[in-house]
Amino acid sequence: MAGQTDMELIKNGVRMDGRKPDELREVKIVAGVLDNADGSCYLEWGNNKVYAGVFGPMECHPRHKQKADRAIVQARYTMAPFSVNDRKRPGLDRRSSEISYIASQAFEKVVMVEEFPKASIRVDMQVVEAHAGTRCAAITAASVALADAGIPMRDMIPACASGKVNDIVVLDLNKEEDNYGQADLPLAIIPSTGEVVLLQLDGHLSPEQFEEAMDLATSGCMDLYDKMRAALENRYGGKK
Amino acid sequence: MSNDHVSNLMKGHMESLAAEGKRADGRGINEFREVKIEIGMLNTAEGSAMVHLGKTKVLCGIKMLIGTPYGDSPKSGTMTTSTELAPLADQSFDPGPPREQSIELARVVDRGIRESRMIDFEALCIEEGERVWMVYIDLHILDNDGNLFDCCTLAAAAALSNAKIPNVQHGVADEDVDLPVTCWPISCTFGKLGDSVILDATSDEEGVMSARFTVAHDENGNLRAAQKGMNGAFTDAEIREAVKTARASDNVLREALKGIQ
Repeated sequence: MAGQTDMELIKNGVRMDGRKPDELREVKIVAGVLDNADGSCYLEWGNNKVYAGVFGPMECHPRHKQKADRAIVQARYTMAPFSVNDRKRPGLDRRSSEISYIASQAFEKVVMVEEFPKASIRVDMQVVEAHAGTRCAAITAASVALADAGIPMRDMIPACASGKVNDIVVLDLNKEEDNYGQADLPLAIIPSTGEVVLLQLDGHLSPEQFEEAMDLATSGCMDLYDKMRAALENRYGGKK
Repeated sequence: MSNDHVSNLMKGHMESLAAEGKRADGRGINEFREVKIEIGMLNTAEGSAMVHLGKTKVLCGIKMLIGTPYGDSPKSGTMTTSTELAPLADQSFDPGPPREQSIELARVVDRGIRESRMIDFEALCIEEGERVWMVYIDLHILDNDGNLFDCCTLAAAAALSNAKIPNVQHGVADEDVDLPVTCWPISCTFGKLGDSVILDATSDEEGVMSARFTVAHDENGNLRAAQKGMNGAFTDAEIREAVKTARASDNVLREALKGIQ
């Protein structure tokens, strides 16, 4: 967060990309796009493009990471070198490692890990084009991929960010808003229980703004949840 | 790269099929799988392409940055190729730093593009000895069903063919121009399966084959790069025959590449 800026990111209740403060960018979700992975998903969110693939449950390597009473989720988030304007060096940097780690823990809450002692469930998230909000896009895609793989889960976890630009709380920051806005709050929830499985915040929010941002991000997650279910119904057929 | 766990029964089956000139998926031994190329799907990349070769899928993005030239070639731009064997592409791909197989793959693709002089490196010079364009070819393997070598070379060539030099972003000129491309290298990769030689192996076939041979030609039928891989061997006659077969068989890929221009 760059903090205060002179840039006018929102004018008369309309954002630079024409959205209202509580409007999501366009989201497209397709389940089952890859052949080798046990489950997969391709997701476009605004200009973000993400592939997610799941393998497992399978024997956990390295062995010392095995848990005697449950499976572990090994999630990995990476950004392609060509996903951003200035080429990113390939491989895991500190940011990607952190996101991978907190995503793994979020998934372990919903995946029925107790069913698969000593196993590993591998979740790979590949961001191929990035325009702010990629961690939410990746986690949302990975949730659909986990469901597509038939992994027993209590629920899927949609993830969506809210934030603050020009002192106004808005949903789903775009690239400019992320760069020049005042706060960013990515949130992932379990829709059926309302529990929070991932929350990060950087920037500056008053207590009231925080409440508002939480409400907004939660409603964004619920909207996404419908789209995730629709993607699975599209692939497998569902109750009409 | 290959599938490590193919049963002996499957191995025997595929070897006897190949001996009769047949394949498990119904192809002839010198036949490519269906190829599909899409280009320009990534806005952040200077050029991009997705190639489907059967079930193998590779996404390639081109990035260009300004850097200093090497001392021995002050008038030439540079090029770097890297491959990401994304764990989602294959259960046997481990997360972590690139391993030998990934490095070999990137280097073979790199040689095919570089040695064919597909890119006019001198046209990438901005200021002699000071500033040149550095071309980064990044290949993302999304689905591995064998023959990543040919699929990656094709993806790289397709992505380069629609790349624009980002003059505006880097303040070099007022307009982005097409990356100058001079020729079209195509690689063909063969596998030794029992006593037979097959083209465009699937993952299952790679799991039982003993040796691999890749040869890249330009559109005039001249050889530009080659590599023999894996711990088996080819006879002298097999290598010569494979080079001839490559010239006859790479048309399908050339047609697909022409189709996008």
